Amino acid sequence: MAETYNQDNQKIVQDWGTSARRWRTLAAYLRRNPSLIVGTVLLFILAMIAIGGQFFIDYSDAQPLSNRPSRPPSEQYPLGTDKFGRNLLAILVYGTYLTGKVGLIAGALGVIIGAILGFLAGFYRGWVDTVISLVTDVLLTIPPLLVLVVIATNISGKLDTNQMAIIISLLAWRQPTRQIRAQVLIMREAGYVKTARLGGTSRMGIVFKELMPNLIPYLMASFVLTVATAMLASVGLEALGLGPQNEPTLGMTIYWVMLEGAFSTGLWWWWATPLIALIILFVGLYLVSVGLDELANPRTRRRGI
Amino acid sequence: MRILRRVLLMVFIIWIAASINFLMPRLSDRNPVEEVIAASMGESGGTMEGFEEAVADFERRFGMDQPVWKQYLNSIYDALTFDLGMSISYFPDRVSTLVLQAAPWTLGIMLTTTLLAFVIGTPLGALTVWDRAPRWINVIVPIVMILAAIPFYLIGLILIYVFASRLNWLPTGKGYSSGMIPEWSWDFAGNVMTHALLPGLSILLASVGIWALSMRGMMVTVQGEDYMVFAKAKGLSGKRRFWRYGVRNAVAPQITALVLTLANVVTGAVLVERVFAYPGLGNLLYQAILVNDYYLIFGCVYMLVLTVGISLMFLDLVYPLIDPRIRADANG
Repeated sequence: MAETYNQDNQKIVQDWGTSARRWRTLAAYLRRNPSLIVGTVLLFILAMIAIGGQFFIDYSDAQPLSNRPSRPPSEQYPLGTDKFGRNLLAILVYGTYLTGKVGLIAGALGVIIGAILGFLAGFYRGWVDTVISLVTDVLLTIPPLLVLVVIATNISGKLDTNQMAIIISLLAWRQPTRQIRAQVLIMREAGYVKTARLGGTSRMGIVFKELMPNLIPYLMASFVLTVATAMLASVGLEALGLGPQNEPTLGMTIYWVMLEGAFSTGLWWWWATPLIALIILFVGLYLVSVGLDELANPRTRRRGI
Repeated sequence: MRILRRVLLMVFIIWIAASINFLMPRLSDRNPVEEVIAASMGESGGTMEGFEEAVADFERRFGMDQPVWKQYLNSIYDALTFDLGMSISYFPDRVSTLVLQAAPWTLGIMLTTTLLAFVIGTPLGALTVWDRAPRWINVIVPIVMILAAIPFYLIGLILIYVFASRLNWLPTGKGYSSGMIPEWSWDFAGNVMTHALLPGLSILLASVGIWALSMRGMMVTVQGEDYMVFAKAKGLSGKRRFWRYGVRNAVAPQITALVLTLANVVTGAVLVERVFAYPGLGNLLYQAILVNDYYLIFGCVYMLVLTVGISLMFLDLVYPLIDPRIRADANG
């Protein structure tokens, strides 16, 4: 054990040194970009509640008639119960989980479709670009929720959250397409791409070695925004009563709060729980997207948040 | 050219909307006509007066007596002439009547709040990156920007709780008090105003930040320009540099931002109206969803989409007045 000065050990020490420096740089960067930290922490707390909470609270508690109705917060029901006997703690756990799930599925699908379309439009230009840009521009002027309303009203029977995620992703690709296209247009004229082209790199080589790695920060920022938009749409649909009827989503809780007039009946804990969860969710996503934006475009140095 | 392009886009939007309206019910496994007949038979326990007319109207739309291409052309013609069919839930009112009744409420509140948000948010955003800005700007604006991340109707719920339910200062909803008769009088106007205050405030609070955020980005770019340095070297006052050199040049892209945001603002307003039971298109849409009145649902959606489209056309008309660079392009 005394011979720790062999080459292997030195290598490990060296590696540790560089990664420590890397962590320090990261920490220094995060200090300059507080919105990224605060946003991540907020989302992390919600994720912990949504995933960790499932080990302690039973899904059946989020169903109607599972508990005594209209109980204020107490030891037995930390967040109270609603008029239908749903335990609001269970709604917080499973509702946040379902909203997160819909947002992540729809956001991922939206970014994948958007990245492909935006890339094709920006890279190949010509009629491909004309068609994709025209369709995107037209669809961007249509309020997304309204189209979703028309689609959702035409689907009979019980919608589940996965189906809803797919419906939402039908429109979620518009913004990423636009963003990625703009970025590819800038990048294809950038010095390093031109150099690579002059150097004889193949077309595919330029795509995968030059463009893709540099697109990653934009894709990340675009993903967070798309997830936020998708969640906004899903909660909106649910609040209008068009979401899944049998799953305890946060939006559906808002729908029942409005329908049953929880304000006049004084059941403040009924609306406070989903409201606070949604506000933390959207503020967290916003802060992360601002933080990622600053990571992707360091030139537009942001002040304040 | 810009305007021609926008008119073409508008035609395209109407075509898409009409096509969706044609396709969706046919792809769906739901039959609104049968559902309605079953429902109203159940309600009235027999036949309903004037019901044949409604059935005939539905049959005309769904009628299999005509070839599909003709049905399709008919539906596009109907969309263009704003013939949106009968409402099921407000029978025998036509959808177009209901939609046109509700539209002024939505337009009124949307126009006012969007304009106000623009006028307040734009200078706020510009000031965040202006070195001579007062200190409070960098406290207020981040809060305003965070508010912009929260959906309008959630802010509306909080406002209802605080100002209507707890403090009892303002009404919880509706367009005017139920005892009032709509007329042109100061009394009624004041009543409408107090009812519009909370819904308007929730849209305003949530959208000021949108403008502040995009203006900040633009102002950062503008500040690096040579003419800003030149203006400073000339010894122009800070106020003049801010408004005439900075904001003037940075504000034009804000119009483009408005084009992109409008659709989202409309979406948000729909739910705010639902929260406040405000008698506009959003609430009408919600009522229609509750009873699955398909034609009314489509009518509201169509009207809102048209509203956005027409506003964008209008923006294209005023855009050259705001940005001289566009004017030069158009002439040259």
